[in-house]
Amino acid sequence: MGAGHSHPLYLAGASPVHRLPSEVKIVAAFLGVVCVVATPREAFPVFGGYLLLLAVIWTLAGIPPTWMARRSLIEAPFVVLAVLLPFTGGDPHIPVPGLSWSGLTLSEPGLLGAWNILVKGTLGVLTSLTLAATTPLRDLLLGLQRLHAPGLVVTIATLMLRYIDVIAAEARRMRLARISRGHDPRFLWQATATARGVGSLFVRSYERGERVHLAMLSRGWAGEMPRLSDAVTTHRHWCIGLAPVAVAAALVVTGWSTT
Amino acid sequence: MLVVREVGVVGDIVLAMHMSDGLVNAPTAAVFGLVAVIGLAVAVSRARADLDDRTAPMAGLVTAFVFAVQMINFPILPGASGHLLGGALVAILVGPWVGSLCIAIVLAVQALLFADGGLTALGANIVNMALIGVFAGYTVAIALRPLARRGRGGLVATAFVAALVNTVVAALAFVIEYAIGGAGGASLGTVFTLMLGLHVLIGIGEGVITAATVGAVASVRPDLIHLLRGSTTPLQIRGPATAEGNPS
Repeated sequence: MGAGHSHPLYLAGASPVHRLPSEVKIVAAFLGVVCVVATPREAFPVFGGYLLLLAVIWTLAGIPPTWMARRSLIEAPFVVLAVLLPFTGGDPHIPVPGLSWSGLTLSEPGLLGAWNILVKGTLGVLTSLTLAATTPLRDLLLGLQRLHAPGLVVTIATLMLRYIDVIAAEARRMRLARISRGHDPRFLWQATATARGVGSLFVRSYERGERVHLAMLSRGWAGEMPRLSDAVTTHRHWCIGLAPVAVAAALVVTGWSTT
Repeated sequence: MLVVREVGVVGDIVLAMHMSDGLVNAPTAAVFGLVAVIGLAVAVSRARADLDDRTAPMAGLVTAFVFAVQMINFPILPGASGHLLGGALVAILVGPWVGSLCIAIVLAVQALLFADGGLTALGANIVNMALIGVFAGYTVAIALRPLARRGRGGLVATAFVAALVNTVVAALAFVIEYAIGGAGGASLGTVFTLMLGLHVLIGIGEGVITAATVGAVASVRPDLIHLLRGSTTPLQIRGPATAEGNPS
């Protein structure tokens, strides 16, 4: 807990992207993904443009592309559905190039649907990764606060992120204790001991919550977290942060006008 | 929704349910984002009524618990493992309002910090798992409450059914969203069959683990279980008197 609260996807740095206020980055990432999702799927070159835009941001932020590639592979979203679509989609069917002798055909709308899910999902993951890599936890919460997220939600998220390491470490110790006593479950019906551990983890978390509440009260908590920073976000920050969004918007317009 | 990802060196397959960007089109995503915002606003005010001034710390710790639980892998078969989504579990343990708030915050943090689930799909994900899923599980639990109050077996059975229904209904909510604004080219019947079949299987796993977990909590602190509130049986003291004192 003593070491700065960092999350596994954060890549420490002092680049202009890192220094940008987090609320600007959240809004920019969100609008960027909206642009990607709104792009017609047949506008193939436009998606390359988005990737190029992200690559420029990575260069500015000092994020190696290999770092990005490794982490985007962890999550291969909707691959299952995307793989099935070309086989289950509607007509017209087209033969597989090079395999026409086999009589195997793929559905054209299915292929387009799979491409749509894969390319938009991947660009979305890359955008989220860029946001996560350049924004430390505390800034993110501050950004949510400044974007007028409900105070209670921000406070719950703050406490959750502050205690997640404690609770996760507790879960890890329980697992070690089970393993060191010879627990090696292979099948679902052998997981009772793990589930019992989850049960006591809940009781411990709940009771810790009661103690944390008393501790907060004794330190003068009156329902609101103290402000963590008084840095001000200027128009300049917004202009810099929304510049990539403007490029993305131009790309969407290009996409719609060319298809 | 189903996501297959490789975890660690073991290469276990983990099943999760986060929708990515581009699965539904932009207008649909916007509509469900709005529904999520309204639902969360209601949940925030009702959660306050449930927990009074303890709301923030208690809900914060329960949310941390949900987050930690989603990191614990359960074996399903050799080589395949899954983790709990926890919707029905929190609905039974802390009630539907605090529960849906916790799940929604977990989903938002996963989208913002862990690139898990798309930013534009966040609204739809919250609607599916935090609102529809949690409340489907809770409705079932309330309907079966007389059974749950009867004893440990009843409570465990209730938890199993609630978790199964929670998982399947959340998956069906995805199918409805896909029907409204699906961006893929699959026929609705295919998506329906695929999602239903998969999530009945996932739901059985979720049900078994939820049931065992609720059973474990019930044997230590039955007073903590939201579903059983207002039905505490009077304290019974069994066994003979000891030399230290009279247990009456």
